[in-house]
Order: sequence, then structure tokens, then C-alpha cells
Amino acid sequence: MAFGDTETLEDFRKETRAWLEENCPPAMRTPMTDNEIVWGGKRESFTNPDSKVWLERMGENGWTAPEWPAAYGGGGLSKAENKVLQEELRRIKARPALFSFGLWMFGPALLEFGNEEQKKRFLPDIVKGKTRWCQGYSEPGAGSDLAGLQTKCEDKGDHYLINGQKVWTSYADQADWIFCLVRTSTEKKHEGISFILFDMESEGVEARPIKLISGSSPFCETFFNDVKVPKDQLVGEVNGGWKIAKRLLQFERSSISAGGFGGTGGSGILGPDEYAKIHVGTDSDGRVADGDLRARIADNDMLRRAFFLTVQRSQEQAKAGMEVGHTASILKYAVAKMNQERHELMVEALGTEAFGWEGEGFDEGAMKATRAMLRAKGNSIEGGTSEINLNVIAKRVLGLREHQ
Amino acid sequence: MTFVLTEDQEMLRETAMAFARDELPVTRLRALRDDGKLGVDGEARGKLAELGFFGVIIPDEPGGEHFGLVGLGQILEAQGRSIASTPLLQTALIAASAIQLGGTEAQKAEWLPKIASGEATFSLALDEGSHHAPANVSTEAEKNGQGYKITGAKRYVPDAHHADVFIVVARTFGDAGQTHGLTLFLVPSNAERVSIQALNTVDSHGAAHVTFDGVDVSEDAVIGGVDQGWDVLEPVLDRARIGIAAEMLGASQAMFDMTLEYLNTRKQFGQLIGSFQSLQHRAAKMFTDIELTRSCVAAALAAVDEGGNNVGELASLAKARASDLVHLVSNETVQMHGGIGMTDDHDSGLFLKRARAQEALYGGASFHRDCYAKLNAY
Ligand SMILES: Cc1cc2nc3c(=O)[nH]c(=O)nc-3n(C[C@H](O)[C@H](O)[C@H](O)COP(=O)(O)OP(=O)(O)OC[C@H]3O[C@@H](n4cnc5c(N)ncnc54)[C@H](O)[C@@H]3O)c2cc1C
Repeated sequence: MAFGDTETLEDFRKETRAWLEENCPPAMRTPMTDNEIVWGGKRESFTNPDSKVWLERMGENGWTAPEWPAAYGGGGLSKAENKVLQEELRRIKARPALFSFGLWMFGPALLEFGNEEQKKRFLPDIVKGKTRWCQGYSEPGAGSDLAGLQTKCEDKGDHYLINGQKVWTSYADQADWIFCLVRTSTEKKHEGISFILFDMESEGVEARPIKLISGSSPFCETFFNDVKVPKDQLVGEVNGGWKIAKRLLQFERSSISAGGFGGTGGSGILGPDEYAKIHVGTDSDGRVADGDLRARIADNDMLRRAFFLTVQRSQEQAKAGMEVGHTASILKYAVAKMNQERHELMVEALGTEAFGWEGEGFDEGAMKATRAMLRAKGNSIEGGTSEINLNVIAKRVLGLREHQ
Repeated sequence: MTFVLTEDQEMLRETAMAFARDELPVTRLRALRDDGKLGVDGEARGKLAELGFFGVIIPDEPGGEHFGLVGLGQILEAQGRSIASTPLLQTALIAASAIQLGGTEAQKAEWLPKIASGEATFSLALDEGSHHAPANVSTEAEKNGQGYKITGAKRYVPDAHHADVFIVVARTFGDAGQTHGLTLFLVPSNAERVSIQALNTVDSHGAAHVTFDGVDVSEDAVIGGVDQGWDVLEPVLDRARIGIAAEMLGASQAMFDMTLEYLNTRKQFGQLIGSFQSLQHRAAKMFTDIELTRSCVAAALAAVDEGGNNVGELASLAKARASDLVHLVSNETVQMHGGIGMTDDHDSGLFLKRARAQEALYGGASFHRDCYAKLNAY
């Protein structure tokens, strides 16, 4: 279906509404559950078959990446049209068709820094959810000090040769391709880094899952042993990868903030106020009986509200052409605090009901809440630690000086 | 859009910021204090009137254009930057709202032009105890022929020592603690059997204890319905909370700017103190809180103008967060200035003292956390 000839926004809304009515399967209008999230890629199993249909249809329209140019498989929509699309999706409570590092981080960076051929080659498969990407940034010796990375990339004439190790690579064992920071020169720290792409099935790539305190294994140690990479897969200039890396981190922080570490709604986990009412009990007015806990829940709810209002403010200001670059670190810092506190409050309100790990005898949602509390500890580490974000705010936003 | 000002509002904001900076600097409050003026500043009142700041939420003609609470919020934020003592909150916001929301046509015709021109100033005489508790009113208004006789005492009433008219919250039915049975009355401050005890308060803005010892008022003095005063009082208080939150936001931002400048000039150990990470992180956290609170205040102001049904919730959100913010920033301002922050000559003390009064006015953070929980059914 072609939307290019739509004359006015209202027409666009009508067409969009009609299209969604017809094409969004009913099952895709119910709250998402954790095991039905679609990340795409070759290994995607589509636990719910309707989610496959939904992804195919959305991908065909380019509506998983509504504002990317149609030439690269995107929706080619204006900001205003995309706003309409998002409103219409929310109206029918449609699930996101695709969760994807490609959509959130890599794609936006490639649009800015990739050459024409790279954009044509990689972006359409991100839009359609055919390729799943992972992020090869952190190394054992280079976390917060990311530019200290050592993974070696040598020019071998007709190809590059990569040797080294990444760590904390989320979903490396599930991904098809990796966008990776490598060292192409040891002369300078930042100006010796390049941004390169390769297939995770390349000879010499190995991903070993690491188990988290929450019990799941969403990330890996990733080893590269004489991995050969074609030369046209380096993005931007040789030794010019750092600025791409930083830009991508901004996209990462913004996408984390926009989602607010939101969880999936249909996960069966209740809010802290609901757990408190059930497990702490209520007073004669039907209010949470423990006034201290109640106040702390309200405080966290307000932080949450303030956070989402700030996301909205920054989006409106960006649309009005105002500079909002500084908000990425502020929001990333705030969202980690908010989400960690919220999950701690759930566990506190659950009391002994939060002690379940696995097996029979526990409420499913409560067990998930406990694991979610543990998982949330990573919120202040992943995508740049809270300390690093505070450094960024202090130096780049507030203009405070470096210690001499 | 909720968060982007219109061109007119933006111009109003710039005017207000420039005015507060040039004409109402902190030195002015300091001078009022040193001259024992209890925050009364006739000259500033005159200039605010000339600028038209008293009538920002009042249309020139019924149904006409005005800047809305978003506009007034910009002015209050600006005066908050220099913790200026002006009648704007009590008069331009509270009285203008109460009369527009609950006043009769005659009351509107009489008072709105006088508010807009700065000719009459007001003071909301509500609280009777040491904590904000708007339903906890014992002051009685007893039916007396065609009118009422008001008896009771109000404590720490803002602006009561210089206002021309009081909006008195009195009980015409029921017992203290009940929202039903409250009635609002317009009472001239020079009415017989009103006694006003001016107070020299810590924030140098002054206030007064007001006693009503059988004060006679006519039926025409009632704003809104008899026994139904809560219907007017509650939305007026929500607006007042949002307005004072805007002031606190301005004060917090001003303190923060002052502190940031100090971090960038003061040296110890041969370094700018702003290069010490422990201070950098605390500054970054304050800035994050300022930005989050700014969104809450803006959303609350806009919700009033848009007639949203979530004004109460957003008012509590804005007031609670702004109270916590100004508390934190006022403490950090003193701390990060070191010894000089403890001296009377430095402005940080004036901000700190004003902060504590702002926090308490119309409910502190814990009061509003409780409201927020209640509104969300827990
Ligand atoms: C759930 C999760 C998913 C992740 N996914 C990915 C991924 O997909 N791809 C990827 O590349 N990486 C990923 N990461 C890695 C993440 O980016 C790093 O863990 C993070 O940048 C911190 O690095 P580090 O673990 O080496 O800690 P370190 O940098 O060693 O930090 C240790 C502590 O020192 C503090 N610190 C360090 N430097 C400073 C400083 N200058 N000032 C003040 N404090 C400082 C840190 O804040 C932290 O508290 C993931 C991490 C998590 C938890």
C-alpha cells in the first residue's frame, strides 16, 4: 500500500486507521508478554504466530522505522505523520511489532555515518526484522573508559583481521550481526578507534552466555579469533569511529529513556501500590496501612511521573527546534534511579512473598518482580553507568572543569 | 503543546525575568528586611501594576484573551529567582482565581478590575494551626439576620499585614475537618473587630495573625455557595500550590546558578572546587532534579489553562517535588559555599530562610505525597 500521495494529515489518519483495523491481528492488541517479544533475526521463533504476521505487515510499510527514508526500507513519514501513526497505534493498543538494537541504536547511527551502499544493504533488513544486531563495545579492560578498548583490527590488504574480546554483549548468542568498536591504531587513544560491522557466523567468532544475578543470561563474553571482515564493512573513516560510537550512545540513552525500562505490561507483575494493598493491608479508608511505605511509593510514583513528563517536554522542544541534546544523560540517570527504587518497593511490599526463586508455591508475578528487582541493578550500569552520566552532565552540560 | 510557550507567553517571560533581575534583585529584599518593612514594598507593587502583572489571568473583557496561568507562572518563577516579596501570589493568582471561579457577577465587576489594576490587594485567611490543613477550620460564621458574624483566629496569614481585603474561610456548618460546611467571605481588612498582628518572619516577607471577633459581613460578601466553599477553595488552592511551585523552581534555579558560578571560581588545593568529582556529581543531581521539576510545574500550569481533570494530581506533584527541590538546593548552596555561605552578607541564607516558608505554604512535600497517594487510590 502506498501512502506517498496522502494529501492531508486527516486523510493520513483515516487511511492509517483503516489499514490498522484490517491488518493488526486481534492478539496483537493485547498487552505484550515477556515471552512474546519479537526481536527478529534468523533465530526468531515467533512464540505467537500472529506476531509474525504483524511484523511482516508493519515491516512491509516500513512502519517499524516510520521516519527512515523509504529508499532504505523505512516508512518515509514526516514527524507529523509519524505522530499520527503512533497515536493510532496507541488507540488500538497495538504491541510494538519489533524490539531491536538495529532500530534504536545502530540504524540511526548508520543513517548519519554510513555510505549509500551500506545503508541500502543493512537498513531494510533491520526494518523488516530480518537481521538482529548486537553491540560490541565493552571489553574486560574497557567499560566506562570505553576508548581504552584493545580489540585489534589489522589491515590485510583485501580484508581486515580482527582479534580480541568483548564482554557484556547483550544477546550476542542470538544476534546475526555485530556493530563493533575496534582498534585500528595504537598511536592515539580516541583517534585509533574504528566502527566495523560483521556477521556473527564469521569464522572465529564465539559467544559464551554469562548468567546474571536475576538468573537469566541476556549477555555474553564474545571472542574474536582471526575474524576476516570485508573492507566495505567499515563505517566512516579508518580511525574515525569514536564520534560514531558516541553518537550511537546518545541514541542508546534516549531509547532507554523513552521506554523508561518499562517492562511489558502483560508480565503479571503488579505495581508497588497494588502489592502493598494486598500484602501489607489497608486501613479503614482502604489506603495502604503503612504510612511510611505509602509515602515512599508516592514519592517514587511522582519521580516516575516527573520523568515521563520530562521525556515529553524534551520531545516537544525538539520538535519546536530547541536544543535538547543535554537531556539524554539526565534522563538516563533519572530512569535508572526511578526503576531501581520502584522494584525495591515492590519487593518490600511483597514481604516474604518476594522470596520465591523457582518451582511451585509462589505467585508467578511476584517471582518475576523479585528477578526484575535484581535485573534493575543493571540499569545504572548498562548504557553508561550513573556515575559516568553524572560526569557527562557536570562537564558537558554544566561546564565544570576537569580535575588537573 | 504543553511544554513550549506561545510567542506572547515567551515575551511575557522575558519581560518578567528582566524586571525581576533589574528591579527586584535580592538586595531589595535585604533592604526591606534591614529597614523593618516586613516585606511590604509599595514601590514594587506600583511597578508590577504598571506592567499589568496583576491582571495576567483576568481577561480585559469577559471572555477576552489573557495569558493564563502559564503566563502568570512565568512571572512567579521570575520573582522566585530573587525571592521578591510581592502581592502577586495572593492577589493576582489566589484572589483573581477565587473571584473568577466562585464570584457573583457583581463581585466580578467590582473586584476583577481592581485586582488587574493593582488597586486592591488580597490575602487568603485560611489556616488556623501550624500545618496546612484546609478543612481544619474552626472559625465560625454565624447567620445574623441578612448577614453573618465571623469569629475565629487565623495564623501566619501571608500578606495579611498589608492586604486590603481578606478572603476568609469560615465554617457555616459542621465540624472542623469536614470539607462540607465551609464558606468563603470577602472581608475588608479595615472592618471593625478585625485585629491584625503583624509578624516579623524568618523569610523577611512578613505575615500576620488575624483575629475576627464577631465581624459583621453581609450576604453579598459570600464567594460561591454557602456551605459549598470547598468547591471554590480546592481548585484555588491547587492553583496556589502550582504558583508557589513556580516560585520555588525560580528560587532553586537562581541558587543553583549562583552555586555553579562559585564552583567555577573558588580555588582550593590549586584547583577549582568545581573540578572535585564529589561536588560535580551533587551539582549534576541537583540539575537533574531541577529539570524534572520544571516539567512538573509546566505540566501543572498548562493543565489549569487546558481545564484538565488532573489538576489536583499535578498540583500535588509540582508542590511536592518543588518543595523537595528547594530544600535540597538551599542546603547544598550553603554547603558548597563553605563559610561564606553561613554569613548574613551572603544571599544563600536569605534563600534558605525563604525556602522553608515556601515549602510549608499550602502543604509540604509529605502532605502532597499523601494527597497524591490518595488521588491514586492507595
Ligand atoms: C545488563 C547490561 C547489558 C549490557 N549490554 C551491553 C552491550 O550490549 N554491549 C556492550 O558493549 N556493553 C554492554 N554492557 C556493558 C556496560 O556498558 C558496561 O558494563 C558499563 O559501561 C560499565 O563498564 P564496566 O562494567 O567495565 O564497569 P567499570 O567501568 O569498571 O566501572 C566500575 C565502577 O566504577 C565507576 N567509575 C568508572 N569510571 C568512573 C569515573 N570516571 N568517575 C566515577 N566513577 C567511575 C563506575 O561508575 C562503576 O560504578 C551491558 C551492561 C549491563 C549491566
